Amino acid sequence: MKKFFLLVIGYWLLVISYYGCAGPYQQNKRRTITIKGSDTMVILGQRWAEEYMKKVATERPQVGADRPQVGAERPQVVIQVTGGGSGTGIAALINGGTDICQSSRPMKENEKKAFSGKQKKEVKEIPVAIDAISIYVHKDNPLKELTLEQIKNIFTGKIVNWSNLIKGWADKKIVAYSRENNSGTYLYFKEHILNNEDFATDVQTLPGTAAVVNAVSKDLYSIGYGGIAYGKGIRFLKVKKDEKSSAVEPTPENVYKRTYPISRELYFYLAGEPQGEIKNFINWVLSAEGQKICEEVGYFPLR
Amino acid sequence: MKKIIHFRVKPRIKEWIIETLIRSSAVIVIVSLILIFLFVGKETLPIFFSSEIKQEVNLNRLFLPQARQNEKFVWQPISTVPKYSIIPLIIGTLKTTIIALLFALPLAIGAAIFTSEFAPTWLRELIKPAIELLAGVPSVVLGFFGLIVLATWLQNIFSWTFRLNAITAGIALGLAILPVVYTVTEDALSAVPNSYREGSLALGANVWQTAWGVVLPAALPGIFAACVLGFGRAFGETMIVLMASGNAAITSLKFTDSVRTLSATIATELAEVVVGSAHYYTLFFIGTFLFVFTFINNILGQWFVQRLRKRLHGET
Repeated sequence: MKKFFLLVIGYWLLVISYYGCAGPYQQNKRRTITIKGSDTMVILGQRWAEEYMKKVATERPQVGADRPQVGAERPQVVIQVTGGGSGTGIAALINGGTDICQSSRPMKENEKKAFSGKQKKEVKEIPVAIDAISIYVHKDNPLKELTLEQIKNIFTGKIVNWSNLIKGWADKKIVAYSRENNSGTYLYFKEHILNNEDFATDVQTLPGTAAVVNAVSKDLYSIGYGGIAYGKGIRFLKVKKDEKSSAVEPTPENVYKRTYPISRELYFYLAGEPQGEIKNFINWVLSAEGQKICEEVGYFPLR
Repeated sequence: MKKIIHFRVKPRIKEWIIETLIRSSAVIVIVSLILIFLFVGKETLPIFFSSEIKQEVNLNRLFLPQARQNEKFVWQPISTVPKYSIIPLIIGTLKTTIIALLFALPLAIGAAIFTSEFAPTWLRELIKPAIELLAGVPSVVLGFFGLIVLATWLQNIFSWTFRLNAITAGIALGLAILPVVYTVTEDALSAVPNSYREGSLALGANVWQTAWGVVLPAALPGIFAACVLGFGRAFGETMIVLMASGNAAITSLKFTDSVRTLSATIATELAEVVVGSAHYYTLFFIGTFLFVFTFINNILGQWFVQRLRKRLHGET
């Protein structure tokens, strides 16, 4: 028993002494960058932040007790990423509550006006990645393409049977899969495809794109949407803007050419031209290394 | 019995310290339970008292049918006109719970009767730990099993419209409560004194008659307690239903429809909800509802078990 208590006390002494010693050095050379905004982009922002902080930490000369002054040229960079929604991020930027605002939509004119009115400078818009949503069906489903209008009607429950979409295939109910309502993909789909109408009540919601892909691959009469993930057993549908336009496949080329209709740019907004450490960070985000992370998280890099 | 007390002065302080520690741990358990209830309950108050929140969500909107063209009960919190009826969620929870009980109770009680009354010792030593091992399977694994394997099997056999539905989720949920019900039932059967069995066998009844006519009735209060425990577990279980039920809030009595349960709704929506919004308070209301419901269920269960016990043993 005694030994145990001694161990516990010893452990706490160690912890306290570690933080006690390490604290002052780190605090001296520390630059905190806050990023706030779109929930869609939180994961992307966090991955960027992690990688960048790691990179900066390895580039900095080691700050040890024996040579505390060597790392003086470059501060340690700490990046804090929070969500809350694009609107929240923009409001924070206007009020000077964040360094960088992540937004999955372009800033509105009146928001820009509010910003320049309050901060006395122009807002700086930097596209940082591209997001696209694809529509999937089972690989044996004969359906090839859908218009945006049809997609909307399927998910709002106005088209309920496959016979309304394909002649002479199957008289079966369309089983629609969606993402949970806490995901950015859900909100984007609801805003841009459903024009803010409600999803039908029998649309099933699954946790994660992987779950949607899996469910669609097992279910011949189903349809689902999500990021452009590559899954076995499913097929991507071509999407038409309206009856007259041509059907476009969700390939990277079409997303870049902006011909695929369900894609959008993701932005960073800053208070004026970036400076100092923020500038270094943004340059890195736009570099090949930073853009590679977009692909890892499931978005498209800018070209 | 003769009491042996050693009078020594020094250990008294030690005893006092240990006693206080033990007593305070008991108090901490109760206090934390009360505090959890208070804090969760506190977050639901705006639904009753804040006029601003009440405009968006109130008891009427939560429970009663709303005047709308097609559907009277809708859970659609993210919407231009948010709809907060928790009736589809309650129906969904009850549907999965009923299926889980229908699946698990006969299996668990049957297995318990077999192991305690019929099985030879070596087989019993094999079955008992095996079933109890099932309790160690994390619920997320059971949910994954339901989502990937079970749903495909059932769809291949029955070809339901919804691959993920109340029956799929209910069976996966049944696997989770099976070991709980089994263990408690087995204990109840084993606790029946051997003199009952011997008496019955001496009167000429065979093993089967003894098990069915004597041991089972004697163990009934314990078995009932097992069922109550299983019900409570199934009602509040989250991960399995979140993965295997499809999570569509449909108001229907059909068991082959997809369902959304109370617990799964909290789990998915609380992470991203705006703190202080009507949606946020509604989720806490659902949490309080779950808490109160399982609490009442357990109390009623306890009370009924005691009554049963008195009727079976008390008067003799």
